[in-house]
Amino acid sequence: MTAPRLDVDALLADPAIRIVVCCGAGGVGKTTTAAALGLRAAEVHGRRTVVLTIDPARRLAQSMGLNELDNTPRQVKGIAEGGGGELHAMMLDMKRTFDEVVEQHTTPKRAAEIFANPFYQAMSSTFAGTQEYMAMEKLGQLRAGGQWDLIVVDTPPSRSALDFLDAPARLSRFLDGRMLRMLLAPARTGGRSVFSLVTASFGLFSKTVQKVLGAQLLTDLSGFVAALDSMFGGFRQRADQTYRILQDPQTAFLLVAAPERDAIREAAYFAERLVAERMPLAGLVLNRMHSTEAAGLTPEESEAAADRLEAEGDQQITADVLRIHAGLLRQAQRETAVAAGFIESFPAVPTVPIAAQPADVHDVDGLRTIGSLLA
Amino acid sequence: MGDEQRDWPERLHVVTGKGGTGKSTVAAALALGLAAGGRRTLLVEVEGRQGIAQLFGLEPLPYAERRVAVTSGGGEVRALAVDPEEALLEYLAMFYKLGAAGRALRKVGAIDFATTIAPGLRDVLLTGKVKEATTRTADGRRAYDAVVLDAPPTGRVGRFLNVTEETARLVKVGPIKTQSEGVAKLLRSPMTAVHVVTLLEEMPVQETLDAIAELTALKIPVGRIVVNGARPPLLAGGRVTKAEIKRGLTAAGLPAGPATVTQLAGEAQAHLTRRELEESLRMELAEVGRPTIELPLLPDGVDRTTLDQLAGLLMRGRS
Repeated sequence: MTAPRLDVDALLADPAIRIVVCCGAGGVGKTTTAAALGLRAAEVHGRRTVVLTIDPARRLAQSMGLNELDNTPRQVKGIAEGGGGELHAMMLDMKRTFDEVVEQHTTPKRAAEIFANPFYQAMSSTFAGTQEYMAMEKLGQLRAGGQWDLIVVDTPPSRSALDFLDAPARLSRFLDGRMLRMLLAPARTGGRSVFSLVTASFGLFSKTVQKVLGAQLLTDLSGFVAALDSMFGGFRQRADQTYRILQDPQTAFLLVAAPERDAIREAAYFAERLVAERMPLAGLVLNRMHSTEAAGLTPEESEAAADRLEAEGDQQITADVLRIHAGLLRQAQRETAVAAGFIESFPAVPTVPIAAQPADVHDVDGLRTIGSLLA
Repeated sequence: MGDEQRDWPERLHVVTGKGGTGKSTVAAALALGLAAGGRRTLLVEVEGRQGIAQLFGLEPLPYAERRVAVTSGGGEVRALAVDPEEALLEYLAMFYKLGAAGRALRKVGAIDFATTIAPGLRDVLLTGKVKEATTRTADGRRAYDAVVLDAPPTGRVGRFLNVTEETARLVKVGPIKTQSEGVAKLLRSPMTAVHVVTLLEEMPVQETLDAIAELTALKIPVGRIVVNGARPPLLAGGRVTKAEIKRGLTAAGLPAGPATVTQLAGEAQAHLTRRELEESLRMELAEVGRPTIELPLLPDGVDRTTLDQLAGLLMRGRS
């Protein structure tokens, strides 16, 4: 079974497409793919493009002129701009993005209280899901700014690719949720203890929490909750807004997967979710595919010949070359079989392979090569 | 300790690595190897991925220590998928005899709240469970000869293991603080080793070096570097010419036309480029001065047979 080929150039050239989201399991080459797509959109299709990266390899980041997290798109030097395109890149600063959201939704005094609270500090830098929420938030901001023809997003290296879709909702539900409202209720009525007016099980909860965590923590917590009061609704509203942008036809999701069982399984989960959420799945990028011509030599023939040559003892180099050839053929077969698992489940999803490169990509030339392999 | 396990004297083995390097496979193989010769080990996962169940071809694991494999001499591997909510309930029940009230807390979302409000607290619960299993005794004997933790990936492992620091910011007194101090002490003792799994690729090696530096700064003992997916050393001489290939093919009685020769030469050249990069990455890893073990690429995937093979290599392998 073969899938239709994904026409990456048509996608990047289409003025109606404003956002490309690269998602997939960790370690499959999302960041490199996102950067290569951005470069091609700028150089070949003349689009003013920004790439939002989350956690790029150091050398790749440096080659794009990114030396620190600073939340500001930087123009990438040394690219062909004849077609009127530009490439800008930025690395997400999760904490600063969170701070900006807080600042936008509350008074400076409240914001200062929130920033000083240890719960906020723990949460804004380490909460599972904060990175995904802030990536989404940043995407929303870049889109709202309206100055980009195309925004290419690299998603965070999550435990699961689905976290990119789920974590923002989870975090905003939590921040705006029932639990915080219940905790907050007594503070609103001016009660002395944050927990004094809540239900019986809450009484038990607060007693237990007092015992386990100590009173200081409760004070910090109630301070955090009270300070967040001014922001109720804000988090969820923003997360919902960005979520709707993702469902819009201006967005294209590209799944990135390496031809390995786990990565393909993850891609299939994600594809199912996108279909269920009516999010626009443009296609699958099969990264690091090995392909080779049989050159008239099957793996079995090659290995048998290598054995013979080794037994004779004077053609070690050719024996090794034959083993390399056999290994490549087998690897290509295996990868095709693994990828077929996805294609069988989603026969209509277009795919495009990227041939495995002998060395890692860490400069603009390398990205250009990947871009042309994609096209 | 059995003779087979003499290279792995620690009792708590924490296995980390960049996503995609096969750290779960290595953790499972290590648990099998350490269980050989009638010993008992516990393999723990904390990220809710049910990776252990997949590796051993089982249904998803509950929050309970279950036997997943038997080994030579009556040894066994048990597995546990730690769930932070369950761990908190268990913890509360242990210290405060909550019982049904605990379930009521869950109903109103309090447990979810407590385990999500502060990631540090969540990690204390997870590592606290690991510590409990590592130090548990029954009838005056240790419950497990070794515990293997399939830990979060390199990017998050320092924070995950550095529990005191994270919780100290939030919790100044009380049993959680005591617990996190206990965990911190175990993790910094010679009973623990953190092993880092990598591939000979740039990003995983970089993350391995970063993680080792981070763990060293945290005074958490680093064990071995496990290089996974190593390929056999073909073309050790490092040079190959078309003329040689043509000669060899002819000698083997194979077609030796220019198309075939050019194709094979191209493949050989790509292999050499890759090998050169791998060699320089090997040297970068060697500079850290940690013992390193190489495990072969398993082209046909992982099952119990290949896990046993890796377990054997881990126990014997030294380099």
